Amino acid sequence: MRFAPLAAAGLLALSLTACTAGKEAPPSLGAQPRPTASGTGPAAAALPAATLELWHGFSTDVETKAFEEAVAGFTKKFPQIKVTLKKGIQDDQITQAIRGGKAPDVAASFTTDNVAQWCKSGAFQDLTPVIRQDGIDLGVLPAASRAYTEFEGKRCTMPLLADAYGLYYNKALMKGEQPPKTLSELTELTKKLTVRDADGTIKVAGFIPSFQYYENSPSHLGPVVGAKWYNDDGTSAIGSDPAWKQLLRWQKDLVDWYGYDNLEKFRKSLGEEWGAEHPFFEGKVAMILDGEWRNAMIANDPDAKDLDYGTAPLPVADDKPDLYGSGFTAGTVIGVPKGAAHPQHAWELVKHLTTDTESLVTLSNALRNVPTTKAAMEHPRLARDDNFATFLDIFAHPKTSTLPASVNSVFNQDAFSTFLTQWEKGAVKDLDAGLAEVDKRINDKLKLSGG
Amino acid sequence: MMVSTHAAPPRRWRGEGVRALLWLSPWIIGVAVFFVYPLLSTVYFSFHRYDLFTLEFIGLDNYRYAFSDVRVLQSALNTLWLVVFMVPAQVLFALGVAQLLAKVKSGGGLLRTIFYLPSLVPTVAGTVAFVYLLNPATGPVNQVLAWFGITGPDWFGSAAWAKPSLTLLALWGAGNLIMIFLAALLDVPRHLYEAAEIDGAGAWRQFRSITLPMISPVLMFSAVTGVIYAVQYFTQAMIASRVASGATDSAGSTFTPGYPDGSLLTLPQHLFHTGFRDWSMGLACVHALLLFAVAMAFTLILLRQFSKAEVAS
Repeated sequence: MRFAPLAAAGLLALSLTACTAGKEAPPSLGAQPRPTASGTGPAAAALPAATLELWHGFSTDVETKAFEEAVAGFTKKFPQIKVTLKKGIQDDQITQAIRGGKAPDVAASFTTDNVAQWCKSGAFQDLTPVIRQDGIDLGVLPAASRAYTEFEGKRCTMPLLADAYGLYYNKALMKGEQPPKTLSELTELTKKLTVRDADGTIKVAGFIPSFQYYENSPSHLGPVVGAKWYNDDGTSAIGSDPAWKQLLRWQKDLVDWYGYDNLEKFRKSLGEEWGAEHPFFEGKVAMILDGEWRNAMIANDPDAKDLDYGTAPLPVADDKPDLYGSGFTAGTVIGVPKGAAHPQHAWELVKHLTTDTESLVTLSNALRNVPTTKAAMEHPRLARDDNFATFLDIFAHPKTSTLPASVNSVFNQDAFSTFLTQWEKGAVKDLDAGLAEVDKRINDKLKLSGG
Repeated sequence: MMVSTHAAPPRRWRGEGVRALLWLSPWIIGVAVFFVYPLLSTVYFSFHRYDLFTLEFIGLDNYRYAFSDVRVLQSALNTLWLVVFMVPAQVLFALGVAQLLAKVKSGGGLLRTIFYLPSLVPTVAGTVAFVYLLNPATGPVNQVLAWFGITGPDWFGSAAWAKPSLTLLALWGAGNLIMIFLAALLDVPRHLYEAAEIDGAGAWRQFRSITLPMISPVLMFSAVTGVIYAVQYFTQAMIASRVASGATDSAGSTFTPGYPDGSLLTLPQHLFHTGFRDWSMGLACVHALLLFAVAMAFTLILLRQFSKAEVAS
């Protein structure tokens, strides 16, 4: 049959096309004209006119307006560059667009989970040469922010704004108590502040220790005991780092004090984290772990804006008092994807948004996220009430840590979280064996991913 | 000199063959581009470490990993559960309701509308609403059960009840299937029932000997499409799981699909998560091939059973 070889040839051609799609050499950073210095004036005019496309994940009116204002500052510097914004973009859309050869010039992501994959695969361009060329001192960024924006020496993103995590407490429910500084103080206070009905049902919880509750992820709680996720070779350190066991045993003791079923019943009655009725706003929980953005949510909620609350760093392990004041941080990252039509222009925009103090302060004041440079954090125009200042201090603390970039970041968090669900319900009889199994899952996957 | 033993086809036949290929070419191109090529690509990529950008041949490593991954087994078993329990439940329920609707003399239109309406609700909205209705602490369903002294289950919060809860959701949204069955039932000639009644056949006998054989093509259609749908079950399970867990994606916090305890993790969800959250596309291709094999196996079994039944009747 003559058709068979024809069809086979057609399929082969299609396969080859698919295998090579998205591999054409795009213009790379440094390939286009650049101004001799950033800023206004003749230097800025050295770049030819262009239209840039910027994709970001912000979606609410307040967020998008703030972002538009920050970009307006850039177009004032570079009037010949027009920037079009596309809001509400998720990471997989960015990756698919790059793969399909239709990458935006600039892309921003809310999570840091894909940074390693983007850097490793070259989906985002390495910014190191232009950072060096422009003489940008990355020392203005805290170490944790530097860590979550690069992978294996490739800096393919820059931190835009950061999130820092701390303790929120309801002053009325605290009854004059000071926020706890150690885990044993947290336990003691939780027991003191918890109110139960006659049948044992929880009415008000002092603090919810469940890993399944809102922001109580292992990433956010790990820093309170100084726990380590990875060894230097990228393999899992969860089973070998005694700090995790310290955290897990403390947590399980508190879960057992509530009674797992009781606590679960209470947790499930609280609804969604982003729902209209947040349990902290409603006085159902005295202390919660949360990000700095909760301040803005409280201020913008008509029912919660008068809530009398305070913020503090998270309590830390009793034997590690030097950790007090630190916490977890991560945040929005931004970079220039492979295939960007105007990479040099795109870099100027990324540089403006991530290093220009005025821009960072404007954005931070509008979104109430932590600005990522020291100059912006110390700027007099930065709105700095006491509750927000707590998070600025946590972010700037030298021991504040992040979830280090890994090509299997999502998988690793899933593997650990799945185990933690079993642990807190009491289904794990041997903690060491259970954590060793988590290590195995993570390491097996790392091997498969070529780590 | 070798002489071919095959006689060349007559010129007329060759001309017809070319014409046939020409007429068939839209179909052939469609199958090649949308079925054969993706299938071959999936097989090809399943032997590679592939993150959408870089490709590296790793032989059978993805297969070895997939068959030792507890989440694959768990998700395959969950999918199997849906095929074995949810599909028959949905078909039986739809058939039962259609039988009742076919017999209703007055108010039939209103009842049909009531049963059909839920299938117009967007999948995500319907699932979210169902999770809220079945919330063990605040949902109205358990509150109503409590009035009768019944302690309602934890529904989507319990590994034992999560899949039955999804099945309830599937029954609630079975309006399309009900309408298909209703049309088939109304199409059965009345005189067959009248003759059977004269012969003294009861309602069950009439259903077994007249209704079932007459609607068997529709039954087969609904069973096969139901199985294919169940094998690809994704949205409802993922949304129910996410809403019931109360989990969210924020910096340093990711949603683990399958809450509670992996009971709602279906194979397509695991495939999607592996491919688009873990960027292990080669491994996801192995999952896709597994899914393809399972769907094919079930479809072939069903077609075989129905053709046997048709021959027997």
